[in-house]
Amino acid sequence: MSTSASDRAIITDSLGVGLATGAYGISFGALGTAAGLSVWQTCVMSLLMFTGASQFAFVGVVASGGSPITGAVTSVLLGGRNLFYGVSLARLLDVHGWRRPVTAQFVIDESTAMAVTRDSSHQARVAFYWTGISIFVLWNLFTFVGALAGTAIGDPRDFGLDAAVGAAFLALLWPRLDSALTRVVAIAGAAVALGLVPLTPAGIPIIVGGAVAVLVGLLLQRRSEGA
Amino acid sequence: MTTLWIGILLTAAGCYALKLAGLSVPDRVLDHPLTVRIATLIPVALLGALIAVQVLADGSALVLDARLAALGVAAVLLWWRMPFLVVVGVAAGSAALVRLWF
Repeated sequence: MSTSASDRAIITDSLGVGLATGAYGISFGALGTAAGLSVWQTCVMSLLMFTGASQFAFVGVVASGGSPITGAVTSVLLGGRNLFYGVSLARLLDVHGWRRPVTAQFVIDESTAMAVTRDSSHQARVAFYWTGISIFVLWNLFTFVGALAGTAIGDPRDFGLDAAVGAAFLALLWPRLDSALTRVVAIAGAAVALGLVPLTPAGIPIIVGGAVAVLVGLLLQRRSEGA
Repeated sequence: MTTLWIGILLTAAGCYALKLAGLSVPDRVLDHPLTVRIATLIPVALLGALIAVQVLADGSALVLDARLAALGVAAVLLWWRMPFLVVVGVAAGSAALVRLWF
């Protein structure tokens, strides 16, 4: 398969996101063992769950003394956004047969965000798989390193990696802020999520903020069409 | 088996089921105009919420720290139409520098 220049640019960007996100596995690994999970349990989480925010939420609940079942509920609720990502991706990726259950594991924030902004189905697939698989490999590798080394390596925050994720999300959102509607929706999502942060368990603000913002968008669209 | 393992495996199964369910929504539903509208709004709404939480939340508290400074730097670079990796890399570097200095 020949690789065009635009594909190469997408692959470079995807690997960059893969590295920045995957490296964060170190902090998950360290937090996991600090919360009382074994190295083995921490690594199984990264392999089988493979959705960072849910993994952090589970470990966060367990670390703060909550039961693993409460952790599971919070974590699965937070994973609910992957359902919506799948809906956005289904057409673009158009996967059937054995490929679908395999592809499903790579449906996460970053792979979706990198894919849905593309012009063609081909580019979306290139972005999705390069981002998803590079994160999967690095995330699992770094989880293992972090779980073994604990906090000895240093906090990823010292390298600003926590800020890198916010910047990456903003870069992905940026080209979509081309209309008043999308700007209002993005701000509504951010505002509702922030309002809920002090009030609800981790994960809920993102889901509810996202849902309210979508409703706001639908209502605004209806009103502008009715006028 | 400990409750910890049960919690981990339940979560893994639940998270995977959600991912697969999203990809398996039938064409009939995908083609519906409402689904199309919602599907285009979801990334914007979720990214807005994700950025806010990623940058301002620390557990259940809202804090202003190096992450917000880095987001400001990222916004300026995006305004200047800098490439993706430059935006992400410089934002990370600025957060690291802010933490080093303060």
